[in-house]
Amino acid sequence: MNEITCECGHVNPEGTVLCESCGKPVEDNQHLNGNENQTLLNMRYDGSARRSQTYNRTFIDKVWNFFSSVKVGVWLIVITLIASAIGTLLPQEMYIPPGSDASTHYRDQYGLIGQIYYQLGFHNLFSSWWYMLLLALIGISIIIASLDRFIPLYKTLKTQKPKRHDQFMKKQRIFGKTESDSIDMHLMKENLKKNRYKVTEEDGSLFAEKNRFSRWGPYVNHIGLIVFLLGTLLRFVPALYVDEFVWVREGETKMITGTEGQYYIKNEDFILENYDENDERFQEAIMRNGQPVPKTYQTNAVIYERTDDIVVGKDPELKEVKEAEARVNHPIKFENYTLYQASYQQNEFNEMTFKLHDMDDEDSSYGEFTIDLDDPETEYELDSGHVVVLGSYFPEYELDDGEPVSVSKYPRNPAFVFNVYPPGESDGEPEVSFAGIGANVDGSGENEFKVGLVDFDVRDVTGLTVRKDYTLPFIALGGAIFMIGVIQGMYWNHRRIWVKPKDNGVWIAGHTNKNWVALKREIEKSTKGTGIETPVDQQELKD
Amino acid sequence: MGDLSAISSNLLYAAFVIYLVATFFFAGAIRDKKTTSPDRVGKIGIILSIVGFLTQLGYFFTRWGAAGHAPVSNLFEFITFFGMMLVFAFIIMYFIYRINVLGVIALPVALLIIAFASMFPTEISPLVPSLQSHWLYIHVTTAALGQAILSISFVAGLIFLIRQVDQNKKTKQTFWLEFVIYMVATTLAFIIISSVFSAFNYEASFEAPVEGQPVEITYEMPAIAGPFEGELISDGAMSPLFQAPEWMRGVDAAIKFNTMIWSILGGLVLYWLVRLVLRKRIGSALQPLLRKANPEIVDEVGYRAVAIGFPIFTLGALIFAMIWAQQAWDRFWGWDPKEVWALITFFFYAAYLHLRLSRGWQGTKSAWLAVGGFAIIMFNLLAVNLIISGLHSYA
Amino acid sequence: MKESTLKKKKKRLIFRTAMLAVMVGLIAFALISNLKDDKSAVAKGEQAPNFQLNKFGTDEVVSLDDLEGQGVMINFWATYCEPCKEEMPYMEELYSEYKDKNVEILAVNLDSTNIVVERFQERYGLSFPILHDKNGQVMDQYNVSRLPSTLFVNADGVVEEQVVGPLTLDKLDGYLNEITPET
Repeated sequence: MNEITCECGHVNPEGTVLCESCGKPVEDNQHLNGNENQTLLNMRYDGSARRSQTYNRTFIDKVWNFFSSVKVGVWLIVITLIASAIGTLLPQEMYIPPGSDASTHYRDQYGLIGQIYYQLGFHNLFSSWWYMLLLALIGISIIIASLDRFIPLYKTLKTQKPKRHDQFMKKQRIFGKTESDSIDMHLMKENLKKNRYKVTEEDGSLFAEKNRFSRWGPYVNHIGLIVFLLGTLLRFVPALYVDEFVWVREGETKMITGTEGQYYIKNEDFILENYDENDERFQEAIMRNGQPVPKTYQTNAVIYERTDDIVVGKDPELKEVKEAEARVNHPIKFENYTLYQASYQQNEFNEMTFKLHDMDDEDSSYGEFTIDLDDPETEYELDSGHVVVLGSYFPEYELDDGEPVSVSKYPRNPAFVFNVYPPGESDGEPEVSFAGIGANVDGSGENEFKVGLVDFDVRDVTGLTVRKDYTLPFIALGGAIFMIGVIQGMYWNHRRIWVKPKDNGVWIAGHTNKNWVALKREIEKSTKGTGIETPVDQQELKD
Repeated sequence: MGDLSAISSNLLYAAFVIYLVATFFFAGAIRDKKTTSPDRVGKIGIILSIVGFLTQLGYFFTRWGAAGHAPVSNLFEFITFFGMMLVFAFIIMYFIYRINVLGVIALPVALLIIAFASMFPTEISPLVPSLQSHWLYIHVTTAALGQAILSISFVAGLIFLIRQVDQNKKTKQTFWLEFVIYMVATTLAFIIISSVFSAFNYEASFEAPVEGQPVEITYEMPAIAGPFEGELISDGAMSPLFQAPEWMRGVDAAIKFNTMIWSILGGLVLYWLVRLVLRKRIGSALQPLLRKANPEIVDEVGYRAVAIGFPIFTLGALIFAMIWAQQAWDRFWGWDPKEVWALITFFFYAAYLHLRLSRGWQGTKSAWLAVGGFAIIMFNLLAVNLIISGLHSYA
Repeated sequence: MKESTLKKKKKRLIFRTAMLAVMVGLIAFALISNLKDDKSAVAKGEQAPNFQLNKFGTDEVVSLDDLEGQGVMINFWATYCEPCKEEMPYMEELYSEYKDKNVEILAVNLDSTNIVVERFQERYGLSFPILHDKNGQVMDQYNVSRLPSTLFVNADGVVEEQVVGPLTLDKLDGYLNEITPET
């Protein structure tokens, strides 16, 4: 816990590598930046005292210092990187065919590798606890490492004095000595200013600096990342995030899931448009594709708001909010909700028209009747006086152990049992027959009449995602701050030039965090006509 | 309409030739001979590069006109565009650092990439609904530019390694350097083999079961590996030496596998042919040619490329991608393989920067990282589309 | 000097502890939220939310709130749900007995057409009230994802028991007993 008093009189905190004020290397601390036996100084964090390097007493300190290490941070990144890569080798659970069971799907499709993949949880990697934990640890590492570096670096750069220690100057990568008595320091100063350097003076020493703010870039972008991560965390707060799905049939008005009964949607029309196969431009590509290429998925919808008190199940009173179209890339927005065109089903049956005719004569007719598949009537009386009673209705018909059943309530494969009563015989035994798509079975084998399908009407079903997301502004803010930070740090360079009168001339040294070529060019320009010789790049000399 | 697309293909062809010529000028500029001024030769090289770039820009916009949408919507278009951005990134870096040696590697890489792109179907394809957005242009172009600039760091890294790796003895480094060169040979082999067989209109059809249904599978190269349980039905075609393993399902899987075998073998042949002629490691033969390159500057070019490319890549491949995904698919992030690999690229270069800035990984280490980064970019560009595939399978 | 450094040390320790605690808290929150199935049905011990549906085949409106003071079994079912068919006879068997003990059975049906329900009712001879939740709104509200699902609500309107999947006669009897109000 010893503070270090430099020979220049400045008191530095423990762990300082280069004196905050004059830059003199602190003898005992050179190992911290790996400066031992090196001709050039490692200038990272400007030799400031990173606390993690020094305080290591309590358990908390140890944890803190662990996360403060860039090495640990890089390892976390690398582990996350490798895990992510493995996570893409086989499809994630959300992308396997709907309805398949993950526990068997991976083994069946990919054999032993698939089994191992599944067992290790890679099939759901990105929502697994340990992947989330990895991201969270990266977050912690970002916060702690930034705090530990930003504060001392900020202090050091604020404290730095124009006059630097000889050792500091000599060990800079750009360094030169000029011995001459005709050196124009004033011109040098003017030249530096012309190159947009901020120049300060102390005891005849010049210190020129530009773009110090670029040093804060990394810390700004880390703040952005933290805001982003916190934004994603907000999703777990139910009030801020709604993610639901709703199927709406053409002509149907339905409550929008996730709006707590407040909003309804009517599907006026669902449109699926394909590219014209004869379009000269795309002909070849469509041919290669082998099937039509879709051009538009669109739902024409009306959004309603419920005006009466919300009682679930009770028929609502509705007020139109807006008429709108949902297309891919063009969602419907109302209030704080967004509706995305996400899916569709085509050709669900809507209405079916049947004709009663003689068993052996298709052209005869005792009348037609149309069944509204949403609300079939129990019996249909025909013009001829025949009565057709709907014995059973199977919206999505399947045969289960020889018995007809329906597997859903949606009329995707409708089938009926018809009981036909001839005129005036409604008390007698009816003729029973079964009719469905591509099936027409005579119940007794000696029926006189047949109920035949003559026409049908289909409709489409649109699938819309319902979203309400108050976390987006946070996430966007995080992204924006991150971009500002990286640009600030990457597209500007912190450059410093020191000129110090020494013996019969001057010493000059320069430092930048990147783009040395430009720094050298600027030094060359600034020294022109001043009598100061162009310094050399000491690192280049090595080779 | 047809004219415009014909003009477009001719412009691309012209650009290709111009880049090729420019490469020779750059190669001339780095030779040690004192007879001609290297600066002048280099200047011609960069002027040609710019002309080539403008020509390719001409291709881009004429094709845009012909298609009605920016040509970045399928593999051919995207990879070509990536090649163009690579040249653009090279031109930028050239003007910052003015080193000719960059052109000697950057332009051939771009040439390979463009040639590689034309091995994919080149016809203009219509845009499916999810792609019909301005974000297609914004996201894809920025992402490609970012990747291209990052690739310049690979170019610089490669120059650095060829120049610096000690070729006096066999080491891990010489091995991996040869491996990188071998990968280049493989790409070249793929281009040559595909072009030759397609020039001869080679076709071999098989009937093989795909998900229980017999399907006709047509190879455009002689089948070394035939489809699993496939039966050759074309006359006069070579019968396969063996079958693709059973787990390679799908119509294209076996074809891709076969193409891969051809490329790997072709690459081996090419590589060893050159090596036998040279009688030493190819890296070792190239080393003296790059003696004039200043490793300090090359190292900085590599770092600078990452510094410039990383923000652009993040903006294009992550942020713009998220904005678009939020609009098109109702979520800004869906862990789709392409997205994950963009994130992996981001992580990788983030690690590069941290290692370089605070752990002092410069020079050789940094150069190897740049090679690794390029491998990830290529993996995302090709493997994810051709093998893993997901929402981005169109491009 | 010594004292000030000690103070600094202490301050630093407090700061670090607090920061770490907050971050660990956030992570715990994220992990727990992630594990929690956000789409669970109305849970045991919660107040059953009110709804209002037409009694099948009539204009009579049944509202859950009106049944306060009675035990209510809410059964979500549909004709196309195979296991539902198994438990229907048990419900019928026990209905009249428990009706006398002030327990009501509400069978919330999710079919979309009247006729299928009507035929089903005839075939199985069901006498308890069937409520028609044609648009699945009540099912949504109760976050029911599998059929059949049954909730047993006591006289105070609190969910006593929640069962996903078909019930046996014994179990049904037991649960109905649990929600029988004391007289």
